[in-house]
Amino acid sequence: MLGYLVRRLAQAVAVVFAMSVIVFVGVYAIGNPIDVMIDPGATQEIRAKLIEQYGLDQPLWQQYFVFLANVAEGDLGTSMVYNIPVVDLVFSRLPATVELVLVSVTIAGVVGIPAGLYAGYRPDSIGAKAIMALSVLGFSVPTFWIGMLLIMAFAVNLGWLPSGGRGDVGEVLGLHTSLATADGWSHVIMPAINLSLFKMGLLIRLTRAGMVEAMSTDYVKFARAQGLPDRQIVFRHILRNISIPIVTVFGLELGSTLAFAVVTESVFNWPGVGKLIIDSILQLDRPVMVSYLIMVVILFVLINLTVDLIYARLDPRVRLKGGA
Amino acid sequence: MTGALEVRGLTTRFETRAGPVTAVNDVSFSVAPGRIMGLVGESGSGKSVTGFSILGLIEEPGRVTGGSVLVEGQDLRALKPDQMRRMRGRKVSMVFQDPMMTLNPVLRVGDQMSMAVRVHEKMSKRAAWDRAREALEIVGIPAPAERLKAYPHQLSGGMRQRVAIATALLHRPAVIIADEPTTALDVSIQGQILAEVRRLADETGTAIVWVTHDLAVVSSLADDICVMYAGRIVESGTSEQVITAPRHPYTKGLIESVPSLHEPGRKLPQIPGSTPQLLNLPTGCPFRPRCPRATDICATEPPRLDTDGRHVLCHHPLETT
Amino acid sequence: MSDTATTTGGTLAVPSAAPAETRATRLRNFWSDYRRSPVAVVSLAVIVVLLFVSFGAPLVSPQDPYDMAALDWMDAFLGPGTVGSGGYVHVLGTDNAGRDMLSAIFYGLRTSFVIGLSAGALALTIGICVGLTAAYFGGRIEALLMRIVDLQLSMPAILLALVLVAVLGQGIGQIVLALVVAQYAYFARTTHGAATVERGKDYIEAARSTPLPTRRVLFRHLLPNVMPPLIVVATVQVASAIALEATLSFLGVGLPLTEPSLGSMISNGFKYIHTDRYWLSIYPGIFLMITVVAINLVGDQVRTVLDPRRSR
Repeated sequence: MLGYLVRRLAQAVAVVFAMSVIVFVGVYAIGNPIDVMIDPGATQEIRAKLIEQYGLDQPLWQQYFVFLANVAEGDLGTSMVYNIPVVDLVFSRLPATVELVLVSVTIAGVVGIPAGLYAGYRPDSIGAKAIMALSVLGFSVPTFWIGMLLIMAFAVNLGWLPSGGRGDVGEVLGLHTSLATADGWSHVIMPAINLSLFKMGLLIRLTRAGMVEAMSTDYVKFARAQGLPDRQIVFRHILRNISIPIVTVFGLELGSTLAFAVVTESVFNWPGVGKLIIDSILQLDRPVMVSYLIMVVILFVLINLTVDLIYARLDPRVRLKGGA
Repeated sequence: MTGALEVRGLTTRFETRAGPVTAVNDVSFSVAPGRIMGLVGESGSGKSVTGFSILGLIEEPGRVTGGSVLVEGQDLRALKPDQMRRMRGRKVSMVFQDPMMTLNPVLRVGDQMSMAVRVHEKMSKRAAWDRAREALEIVGIPAPAERLKAYPHQLSGGMRQRVAIATALLHRPAVIIADEPTTALDVSIQGQILAEVRRLADETGTAIVWVTHDLAVVSSLADDICVMYAGRIVESGTSEQVITAPRHPYTKGLIESVPSLHEPGRKLPQIPGSTPQLLNLPTGCPFRPRCPRATDICATEPPRLDTDGRHVLCHHPLETT
Repeated sequence: MSDTATTTGGTLAVPSAAPAETRATRLRNFWSDYRRSPVAVVSLAVIVVLLFVSFGAPLVSPQDPYDMAALDWMDAFLGPGTVGSGGYVHVLGTDNAGRDMLSAIFYGLRTSFVIGLSAGALALTIGICVGLTAAYFGGRIEALLMRIVDLQLSMPAILLALVLVAVLGQGIGQIVLALVVAQYAYFARTTHGAATVERGKDYIEAARSTPLPTRRVLFRHLLPNVMPPLIVVATVQVASAIALEATLSFLGVGLPLTEPSLGSMISNGFKYIHTDRYWLSIYPGIFLMITVVAINLVGDQVRTVLDPRRSR
């Protein structure tokens, strides 16, 4: 088990390292940030000075090693636009994104899993067909457009909810979050629903497929033959079984929720990390782009690792194989 | 005498795209407490569907369309779905063919068994767990307390089938339908399980319907035998009667093609042809196209002949001496 | 049906389909199965109509929305159904530059299809090559290629495309390239998965033991057998390429405003969301949604028809 863990960790580090090179080279191939940063009328002197200040006159590999050395010290560089350390910048934006993702994942799970269970339990019913039709919509209609429709309906026409931005931040259990205030909730609910739709569609399909398959297994028939009511069969026998693939995909998708948060945050003007990366791409803010991308890579590697471990926890067969 | 299980005129049909199929056709038999009845037939003869029909577990597009199923005198077919559910596991239970598949792989044996206990009897988790342990003891599982904490994949195939049987026995049901429960096991394990089942039937008085395609197994285990062909019971009687003096040509063919019931050294006879498609059965006797004794009259419904407590469905039954 | 078949221990063995199928009968069978879902038939019809109006945009649209000379500022923000200076009805209204919305949507749809189809076709080709190569050679090559593919698959396509477009710059070519890089992995994974299953079968072993060249075994023997799942993935990927392009354009990193694109039209209309000029963003969005959903529904039905486990 330990050997397996070490091997997985080594692999993860190698992946992060390789990706950092790719990201660095890729991002540094984009335009010249100096042109964006300074007034076109500035003198050559100022230009040269700035180029030197950011180390842009050195060869790319040297820039990379300087970057690596700085990263080792926890310094991801300074944003060229905001002129504050990238680490501070990202961490100031992170809470907003985390609360958005948490709320949306909760919505997706609370709605998606029961809906999928039902659709798989009575696959020929009208309700099941409606659920599946909705999941196709959630799956295929672009997120940004649904977000826009939500704004039109609930913010512009009905005026029930604010059209964008993050609400008042309150404090609960020492955490500063907008989820502690009613105003915060009124701001977060619409983007969270928007962000949850894709995941909900996915969850519905996944749960339904697992349910349909499980319903025809012998262990379900055996449970029936013992007189177990369907409710118990579904919630105690089947759910436990199909939770394995659901947790796996859900974990993997947690990462993509972060990616889709880019879109949702732009639509709803949500001051999170996703909005930050879009802005930095548009403004060629290299240090922010590089740091964000490397952080995303690390996050994905971590999620993959965690999912493997949860998988081992849920499926006794995997656990024993690993232990042997 | 009322049997533990009495099946009368049971008929089950499936609505398929190609047309309706009668998988179980006017099946009647009865099993007394503590007796084992072998329900024998080739795959596709409707023997498993008969088992599921008795438990009321036929799923769409299938439906039990007629007949009655009496367990200790109570007609299960007259019950509402929820009442029927309460009968399952308590009065009538079932064991399946593949012990790898019948236990939920992600739940501990004890959790699965105690769930089955508590669905019919209100008791604490601990008490249910104790009941499960006793049940494992009864079927001869060593160190039952530890087995309860195991996951199914940690047990051998034979052990798993014993767990399944123990689960079916939890509430001392009047009837257990055993659907080929030893087919997937090694022959040595098979023998152990058969001996165990025989002992359990004698000790607990549970009536057992042993569904199988293996005449050799049944001949050594069962008290009575019903032979099924194309959804009907074509012959029934005590094991001895049916094995030593079969009256239906199909039964005779079946017995002659079993190696162990056959003189060694001689060429093994076979029944010509193959199992008929239920979708387009021949008129009259379904065995007609494969039968050496068939004549023109076999195109009409075969009569049911009853003698010495056995019956046969045939125009030209073999004479017993 | 499949569950009753297990219940009954194979009681209902319905005779399997006739043997030697020609390509024509296979196609006919496919269509007769496909036809069973009215929704899928309607979706297919919708796609055909959309393809017609988009590729025939210069013929069917009342105006060339990207001919600056034809635009009149006086026509800006006309509501749906208004008659403009051109003397014809703007069925879906006009935008801030006085463009006829309907015309702009047809042209934009054309861009969407061009991008979606070319990205899909390229990604399919590259993905097949990668997947087949990996499955055929096995060993180190397989491990390396599939490791890269898996890594890419764990990254959401939108993120990858976003970065690539940022690196490559704006324009149709760049977008297609970004989409191909982001999507080929799906095809590679599917091809590899299906091909590994086929690889173990006797006929491939048989073909390999003959002196046939590798390429021939790959393309004549392996490829036809991995085609069905690929067709399904391809439909879904075309739809998602179209949606991705629209998303990128909406975020402002896709196509420049001068290129007709549904995404940039919606992005443009989004600026007016707080006014009552809903038509600027709603209509292009509806067309986008109909296109993407219709393609997905067709893909769903194709999946159902081609599913080997399907018995209904």
